[in-house]
Amino acid sequence: MTITVYIPGDSGAVALGADDVAQAIAGEAEKRGADIAVVRNGSRGLYWLEPMVEVATENGRIAYGPVSAGDVSALFDADFLSGGAHALSLGDPEEIPFLKSQTRLTFARCGIVDPLSLEDYEAHDGLKGLRKAVSMAASDIVQTVTDSGLRGRGGAGFPTGIKWKTVLDAAGPQKYIVCNADEGDSGTFADRMIMEGDPFVLIEGMAIAGLATAATKGYVYLRSEYPDAIRIMNAAIGIARDKGVLGASVLGSGKAFDIEVRVGAGAYVCGEETSLLNSLEGKRGVVRAKPPLPAHKGFLGRPTVINNVISLASVPVILDKGADHYRDFGMGRSRGTIPIQIAGNVKHGGLYETAFGLTLGEIVDEIGGGTATGRAVKAVQVGGPLGAYFPRELFDTPFDYEAFAGKDGLIGHAGIVVFDETADMMKQARFAFEFCAIESCGKCTPCRIGAVRGAETVDKIMQGIDQEKNLELVADLCNTMKFGSLCALGGFTPYPVMSALTHFPDDFRKNPYLQAAE
Amino acid sequence: MGLDLSSDFAGDRIEAIVDEHINLEGPLLPILHAVQEDLGCIPQEALPVIASKLNLSRAEVHGVMSFYHDFREQPAGRHVVKICRAEACQSMGGDAIAEHAKRRFKIGFGETAPDGSVTLEAVYCLGLCACAPAAMVDGKVIGRVDEARIDAISSEVRS
Repeated sequence: MTITVYIPGDSGAVALGADDVAQAIAGEAEKRGADIAVVRNGSRGLYWLEPMVEVATENGRIAYGPVSAGDVSALFDADFLSGGAHALSLGDPEEIPFLKSQTRLTFARCGIVDPLSLEDYEAHDGLKGLRKAVSMAASDIVQTVTDSGLRGRGGAGFPTGIKWKTVLDAAGPQKYIVCNADEGDSGTFADRMIMEGDPFVLIEGMAIAGLATAATKGYVYLRSEYPDAIRIMNAAIGIARDKGVLGASVLGSGKAFDIEVRVGAGAYVCGEETSLLNSLEGKRGVVRAKPPLPAHKGFLGRPTVINNVISLASVPVILDKGADHYRDFGMGRSRGTIPIQIAGNVKHGGLYETAFGLTLGEIVDEIGGGTATGRAVKAVQVGGPLGAYFPRELFDTPFDYEAFAGKDGLIGHAGIVVFDETADMMKQARFAFEFCAIESCGKCTPCRIGAVRGAETVDKIMQGIDQEKNLELVADLCNTMKFGSLCALGGFTPYPVMSALTHFPDDFRKNPYLQAAE
Repeated sequence: MGLDLSSDFAGDRIEAIVDEHINLEGPLLPILHAVQEDLGCIPQEALPVIASKLNLSRAEVHGVMSFYHDFREQPAGRHVVKICRAEACQSMGGDAIAEHAKRRFKIGFGETAPDGSVTLEAVYCLGLCACAPAAMVDGKVIGRVDEARIDAISSEVRS
């Protein structure tokens, strides 16, 4: 009997040698005459255990990890194809505490199914949401999404249902669904993982959005830094088209919807929705002033839903299991689950989907297990390059849109980057300005010039020149950028800068001459 | 690659690429990607060809091309090494890896070695933040990069 062996094709696993492992397993199986079928699944998101190989045994799936190509021969010796004991054996992957304690709604299939098998997708509850949507009135679909409390997972946290309603109500012969897959924030990889590990859920979510708003065309604006995700999304869209999930009649409904992948070109600012729309139109990725909202005048001036990958990928389960099921998770106005990405200098880095409400300390210390280097945690940056640095004193902050805003931070796309005590927060503040300067679209002055002046001013502080005066200047500059910038790039760069300055003041008042002598 | 860009041949190729994409909604980025894929870069000579076919000015096409970090006017080296310089990689010693790479390749970021063997580029996030520091060599992703790995990459690209 053919034994199925799962070896992640997720680029995080590949970056840690999964392709070499796959090659070694195929070679060894041939040598030993073992009858195996290899599935390149997505990652379960336990990156410290990647490449994590799983074998489908009579007693369910048994995982081994982290496997290197050099371990493969010994794994065969230990009869891993029957779940044999080996030092790398992790047993039933679902019982690993990091995975077991999660609530996986959006990522329910990621790491389990063959990403490019529609049959596998359907066998794991795929297309159930779309099948329901096909039989519903557009306004009922919108109402379900509104009732679920789903808010934009890209960072802004705007209620998805309200956005959809605006587009449904907007008149126009052609409307669009645009998926923002320009996941540029450092510390985030949830979009990449879902596109590589369960692409059909995004396709299904976009198709539901199309039915809900009478949009017939969808675009996935996918960053060029994700070549594997581009390849897998394109392949999945082709399969969905062949099987009638996309095309002139979605699941035989008579309603059309199709999707095209468009590749970005390395501009971070194109993750901002209006800049993305300009880029999609073939223009410079310059931010547009709002209003008009993209929902009224979006792609090519037509009504457009623009949602993040995770927002759209969360829609199928909402339609399938109902708005209440989703809304019952979470706290306050943050409903449902959020895929937290634990990254940087952390022992157990990976994807942790859970209901809103865990404290930052629980995420970093308990789930993440502290730093990879074993040193004390100094700061965690939450929400990407535009997110604030949180010191340990704020670790009691619950993971919730409003709670983070209340502490002068943001959860953004829910990436958490851990830094140990060797981090120099003045250097991190300087980098925030530098990054803003590199990536600014140039349209508004506070961002274009403020970022450059900010980096120069931090340089002076680093050199010990008029430190107090220049610190005051940095704060003033941040104030101007925060309130005067057109979009979140200039407007939020003050978050990392001011949080570093506020919570780690000593790092900004070092004597450069003493430091040089150290 | 290695085409004589002044030849009619390159001009025909560019026209063919534009024709292939012209019916897309917002065709310019796909066209620029395809030209770079085909010719290794987007030479200035390509701009008027693209502009006239799309009914844009040459300046508009130049404006778009120069806005995006991915598009290059000169061909890259035979190998392209991208090193992530963003926060998650910084937290795992990415700055030191970047410095080591500069020393090892004897070029700065955004530069190509004089022998044309390698181009070194900064990238801001490859989505490999849970296995930082990360790099990409000729489109292939690498996690937990250390100095020894940079040395091995250096030997590979120069051989």
